[in-house]
Amino acid sequence: MSMDRRDFLRIIGLSTVAGGIGGAGLLELRKGTAEAGSAAHGRKKGSGTTLAMVIDVRKLESPDQYKRCIDACHKAHNVPDFGNPKDEIKWIWPDDFEHSFPGAGHEYVAEEVEKKQFLLLCNQCEKPACVRVCPTQATFKRASDGIVMMDYHRCIGCRFCMAACPFGARSFNWRDPRGAANLQNPANLNPKFPTRMKGVVEKCNFCAERLREGLEPACVEACKDTKAIVFGNLDDPKSEVREMLRTHYTIQRKPELGTNPRVFYVIGG
Amino acid sequence: MNDKGKIIAGLIIFVGIFTFPFISNMGKASAVPEPLLNTPVIQQMPVKQCVETKEYMRANHMQMLNEWRDMLLRDGIKTYKSNSNGKEYVISLQNTCLNCHSNKKDFCDTCHKYLAVHPYCWDCHFGPKEAGV
Repeated sequence: MSMDRRDFLRIIGLSTVAGGIGGAGLLELRKGTAEAGSAAHGRKKGSGTTLAMVIDVRKLESPDQYKRCIDACHKAHNVPDFGNPKDEIKWIWPDDFEHSFPGAGHEYVAEEVEKKQFLLLCNQCEKPACVRVCPTQATFKRASDGIVMMDYHRCIGCRFCMAACPFGARSFNWRDPRGAANLQNPANLNPKFPTRMKGVVEKCNFCAERLREGLEPACVEACKDTKAIVFGNLDDPKSEVREMLRTHYTIQRKPELGTNPRVFYVIGG
Repeated sequence: MNDKGKIIAGLIIFVGIFTFPFISNMGKASAVPEPLLNTPVIQQMPVKQCVETKEYMRANHMQMLNEWRDMLLRDGIKTYKSNSNGKEYVISLQNTCLNCHSNKKDFCDTCHKYLAVHPYCWDCHFGPKEAGV
């Protein structure tokens, strides 16, 4: 088949026009998906189950009350205590205002708030940095309720997650936890929950194992009388946490980092 | 070529050393262990059956434990439906398996020791309270 110059130019012209229209259409489509994507990951209220916690620090008055929450958690999860800050393992711990909420203070902050200790734990972030960096997916965000879980079987102890977590919520087992002094006493052990092994990173799991049995997290239960910690589904407008968030001014730790913590604090007023 | 004596002597020594482990262990094979099932919980069961058949469990319990681990931890599936008896079992090594098999030493460890396998389950998971463990 032969083609003259005129036909050739006509075909070239038509193909250019068709290609242009197709390309523009593709671009339009991509923009559509991009928008849908940003809506899904933006700060929109969810509609499934996202577990969250509101800690009303006004109701935690004495160090004894902190200790009760911490002890309940650490006992429920067989958290080792080596009595040595270098080997410290912590799931829930107290710290002062400056270290809990860096950047939130100023020189005229109420003395009461500045001197207060805050109960800190894994924030179960909406966009957890630890999950992004984990090379084995040992830490992952559970789709069913948003808990950032640890699969200790998969953890290789690289500690990327510890570097990534801006909240210091993760601890590394430098030593075999079974050797810790507090775990030598059978009265301190929870025989239904495992320990960890040397060389893995551990953190708060929002008591996934207790939730499975229909119980509340250990820390929530431990200070039930003060109602200092409210726990529930953030996506349910009728839940207790949403009620707390609606009726109180709450802050998150380091919100500027964009991980969107799921632990909120009522700090005063 | 007068090294015949040395070569033969060397060969005999070599064969002797090489076969020493086989000869010295001959007839001393340890008996195939029989895991004990006489725990209080098992004895009280009206029908003595495990999650799956004995043969299946014997051959596949390690894969099953891995599957259970991923089902519970990663997929949030809390119970396992048995293929052999249709019952639902709560997925838990510590609280389901070892509830019946509370004799880890005479059940798990006998075979594992015989086969020289060293599962690291017990680095984290608690075994049952047994005398001398």
